[in-house]
Amino acid sequence: MTSLVVLEKVTKRYGDVTAVRRVDLEVREGEVFGIVGPSGAGKSTLLRLVDLLEPADEGKVSVLDTNTDPASTQASAVRRQIGMVQQKPVVLNRSVANNLAYGLMIRGWEEDRIKSAVDRELGKLGLEERRGKNARTLSGGEMQRVSFSRSTIYSPRLLLLDEFAANLDPANVALLEGMVKGFMEEDRSRAVILVTHNLFQAKRTCDRLALMWNGEIVETADANRFFESPEDQRTAGFVRGELVY
Amino acid sequence: MALDVGYDVVQVTLLSLYVSGCATFLGSIIGIPLGARIGLREFGGKGLLKTVTYTMYGFPPVISGLVIYYLLSRAGPLGSLGLLFTPTAMILAEMLLVIPLVTGITISSVSEVDRTVKDTITSLGTTRRQRELTVMREAWVGIVMAVMIGFGRCIAEVGAAYMVGGNIQGETRVLTTAIMMETRLGKFDYAVGLGIILLGVAMAVFLFLRYLQEKEIL
Repeated sequence: MTSLVVLEKVTKRYGDVTAVRRVDLEVREGEVFGIVGPSGAGKSTLLRLVDLLEPADEGKVSVLDTNTDPASTQASAVRRQIGMVQQKPVVLNRSVANNLAYGLMIRGWEEDRIKSAVDRELGKLGLEERRGKNARTLSGGEMQRVSFSRSTIYSPRLLLLDEFAANLDPANVALLEGMVKGFMEEDRSRAVILVTHNLFQAKRTCDRLALMWNGEIVETADANRFFESPEDQRTAGFVRGELVY
Repeated sequence: MALDVGYDVVQVTLLSLYVSGCATFLGSIIGIPLGARIGLREFGGKGLLKTVTYTMYGFPPVISGLVIYYLLSRAGPLGSLGLLFTPTAMILAEMLLVIPLVTGITISSVSEVDRTVKDTITSLGTTRRQRELTVMREAWVGIVMAVMIGFGRCIAEVGAAYMVGGNIQGETRVLTTAIMMETRLGKFDYAVGLGIILLGVAMAVFLFLRYLQEKEIL
């Protein structure tokens, strides 16, 4: 199975603080890979490295078969095959339809193609009648679903989700998790990396999981084994809910 | 016109709007991209450049007038153009006052766009140019405010306009230089009347721009 993300001995520091420490990681096509761990473990930093938003201080970050400097012009070509949804719903100060169209416009799609793709997404979101409204007038859950659709409308091969359903009501959480499932069912050559501290969500959604602790990957395993028979004591403690911060 | 000052007040008012409008436009097409670049790119000396820009908010109009006067005077490097004591000279002098204001406020506006918004724009695969234009659009309210403040400085300006314009009747007389002249002649009622017109014009322009902003046309 092809690897979409390979990290080798990756380290990232902010001043004296080492946020990510000698991390090795491999994410393969067809899987939803979960990264769990307490707050401040370095999960979001790891996702930023994969999204080429920041350079690693040491080690090799290979995303979609390329090893690119995030500051290079080539990085934007790699990012065009990646979708990212952050914890805080982020919508641009423009209409719902324009938010969805944004990623397609910057890719130079023709107007007719953009319109039909946006219409299809609006239908899925149930927001057809609010297409012309400013996206910032939507509820938090609706904004996050628009955010999700904006990041998947251009069919990225890799989707990065950073606590994407935190602070939302159960109905919206279920809708968003359904959207992840739909994204993977559409094309099994894709992969999702889901960062979460919600173990229930990780159990429902992920095929494989890694526990991140003080910047290090402590254990990586298939979801069943991760929850039922973890090897590391810290994983066992985290799964039992004893080590949640 | 009810205000019988001996010259055409409508022409003076329209010239005020023309000079201030052109100076604001030219200052903005230089200041907005410049401010966006300074605010959004990382480079050596950025902090110093920001400090210089903010310091220039207080750039004295007479210095701006002096610079343009020197450049356009007969002995100056651009003297052959014959632009001194023309509206063009006034536009250039006022443009120098607008540039630092628009640049500085644009720097602040684009810098204040939330990091998560900037990261989202980047992670969608934008090129640097697309990213900068999108962040500028997110900061649009602040940038429009910068233009309004720039216009405010121009329409209220007198020192540079007098120096390089000369307050020539029918040629370079604008509301502020006319007010100064009437005050010197002791015609306070005329000066106050022109002052009311100046305030009215400024207010009408701001209300119009606010209307456009609220309707999301700007």
